[in-house]
Amino acid sequence: MAVVFQKTKGLTDTPFHYCPGCTHGIIHRLVAEVMEELDVLDKAIGVAPVGCAVFAYDYFSCDMQEAAHGRAPAVATGIKRVHPDKIVFTYQGDGDLAAIGTAEIVHAAARGENITVIFVNNANYGMTGGQMAPTTLIGQETLTTPYGRKAEVNGYPIRMSEMLSTLEGVAYIERVAVYDVKHVMQAKKAIKNAFLAQIQKKGFAMVEVLSSCPTNWGMTPVEALNWIKDHMEPYYPLGVYKNTLEEVK
Amino acid sequence: MAKVLMKGNEALAEAAIQAGCRHYFGYPITPQNEVTAYMAKRMPEVGGVFLQAESEVSAINMVYGAGGAGARVMTSTSSPGLSLMQEGISYLAGAQVPCVIVNIMRGGPGLGDIQGAQGDYFQSTKGGGHGDYRLIVLAPSTIQEMADLVQEAFDIADEYRNPVVILGDGMLGQMMEPVDFENIQKRKRDIPEKTWATTGRGNREHRNIINSLYIDPPVLEKYNYQLFEKYAKAEKNEVRYEMINCEDADVILVAYGTIARVAKNVMNIARREGYKVGLIRPISLWPFPKEPFEKTVNTAKAYLTVEMSMGQMVEDVKLAVQFKKPVYFYGRPGGMIPEPSVMLEQIRKIAGGVK
Amino acid sequence: MAKVIFNEDLCKGCELCVNACPKKIIEMDLSKINVKGYHPATVKPENMNKCIGCAFCAMMCPDTVITVIK
Repeated sequence: MAVVFQKTKGLTDTPFHYCPGCTHGIIHRLVAEVMEELDVLDKAIGVAPVGCAVFAYDYFSCDMQEAAHGRAPAVATGIKRVHPDKIVFTYQGDGDLAAIGTAEIVHAAARGENITVIFVNNANYGMTGGQMAPTTLIGQETLTTPYGRKAEVNGYPIRMSEMLSTLEGVAYIERVAVYDVKHVMQAKKAIKNAFLAQIQKKGFAMVEVLSSCPTNWGMTPVEALNWIKDHMEPYYPLGVYKNTLEEVK
Repeated sequence: MAKVLMKGNEALAEAAIQAGCRHYFGYPITPQNEVTAYMAKRMPEVGGVFLQAESEVSAINMVYGAGGAGARVMTSTSSPGLSLMQEGISYLAGAQVPCVIVNIMRGGPGLGDIQGAQGDYFQSTKGGGHGDYRLIVLAPSTIQEMADLVQEAFDIADEYRNPVVILGDGMLGQMMEPVDFENIQKRKRDIPEKTWATTGRGNREHRNIINSLYIDPPVLEKYNYQLFEKYAKAEKNEVRYEMINCEDADVILVAYGTIARVAKNVMNIARREGYKVGLIRPISLWPFPKEPFEKTVNTAKAYLTVEMSMGQMVEDVKLAVQFKKPVYFYGRPGGMIPEPSVMLEQIRKIAGGVK
Repeated sequence: MAKVIFNEDLCKGCELCVNACPKKIIEMDLSKINVKGYHPATVKPENMNKCIGCAFCAMMCPDTVITVIK
């Protein structure tokens, strides 16, 4: 009997602390599988954010650094400038990347920093109990928008992939989702491309992953996946926003 | 002895490069801009990296990444910029990442002005960021000493795996003095290899993690004790100061940085007027030198602390003297320089006309 | 003949695998509680022969609970 599917060597033995059904777990696995398949685990140096994924340094089986909230792209820049031949990636949530860390991500992209960014968009601050994030949808109820987010009070959700893809230094940006198997496979391909962009030294690469938050959305894990499809995807269209990769045969 | 006439900001940058610093992340802010300009020109010449970040917040986190990856790394800024770096500095201390941080101080608070000042003493010596941590803080008073201390700072940082702050001021940064880079005064140390750095595992069995998160309180408590063992070692080995004419001194001036040079002249003038005046010049502001006060508290009548601020180091002087003798203060904030004539007046008053 | 193996103590009972299985043979094992206090996912022995080894379940599992062999 041959193995069809098994846990990747890219993950350590530490079980995930994520809530039941939280798709952070899927995304972690995809990143780890891609690093294993591209055979870069021995060269990878990851940067964990502050947020639900704050313990990511326990999960990826490569060298890791824990960054202050929002500063992962700057930390990754520091690492990459010391080890330009190593594979440097950040794993960040929407509060980390699109709120407090906006300047860091914009300038890392503008510099064409040769790093790979995994941006998990679950439309709220998960770790701290479900507050509004820059990606929270209009009308979406959160701990800090209990009557639903109102544009006239809290402005509009930010489409980071579109915004960053206008910058010259960007080599690859794709937005994906993980609400069903087809999309999980597509997400893995995008993550592979984002690492290939770094391997081919093309510049800044990011994959934005629409992800679920059953606990703070107040839904079952399966309902949460549907919420991504029905509510998030319309506002955050999936697709490739920039691609300068050489065709990989 | 090949001396070269150099501006303070450029001398400290050259000293860093000669200490093997190959990574510098900075941001424009007066009065330290020459450091970034110099690094931008020199780093490529030595195969190093100069990068201007989008903010001091970003710059200090680049330092964190580079230092955690094993590089000798430096940033420089001035007062308001260092305020923006405080969170990053707490993380650097918490994750034990070695680096050198230069603060060319200017008048404050707030936007303040761009003249040299000393209003950031508390910020660096008492910890401007969150949590119990310490930074080794060195205060040069000449450009030669700044070049020496910058080189020493990289060794201290690596030995203790801790940030080291060079606390200069706008005058020191902007004035020119001869500097001899050939015989830099620095201690011989055995610096451990950076086996902890995130370089990519290669065939290394264990993973290297640079981190300051210890979510379990007993573990974080133990970790704090561990850090403070390191700081105790620094308190034992890294104290630096200068003492002049203190054996018979009635009044002892206490000053650091450029204003200590003014105090030295005032001491000589007062001596000529017959007043027995000495000078204690702390060079390490943390660990603060208690020894010179223990040696003089029984003989001296009083101490006069002089600072370019509303008085910050004076509190540490009082702690060191432990109220055994009076500690007076004369200072001027806002980038103004304390007047020698006023210092003399104070000395005469303190000495009570006793010659 | 394909086979699905559940590392039951990692399961958090989120049921994403149940939802993903095209053959609808995964269910929550109500006869036991795992170390985390959840009913772990399982495939009854009599249903295992319906498994086609597509690994959809494994791909949707957020906690690397599932191994699939064929």
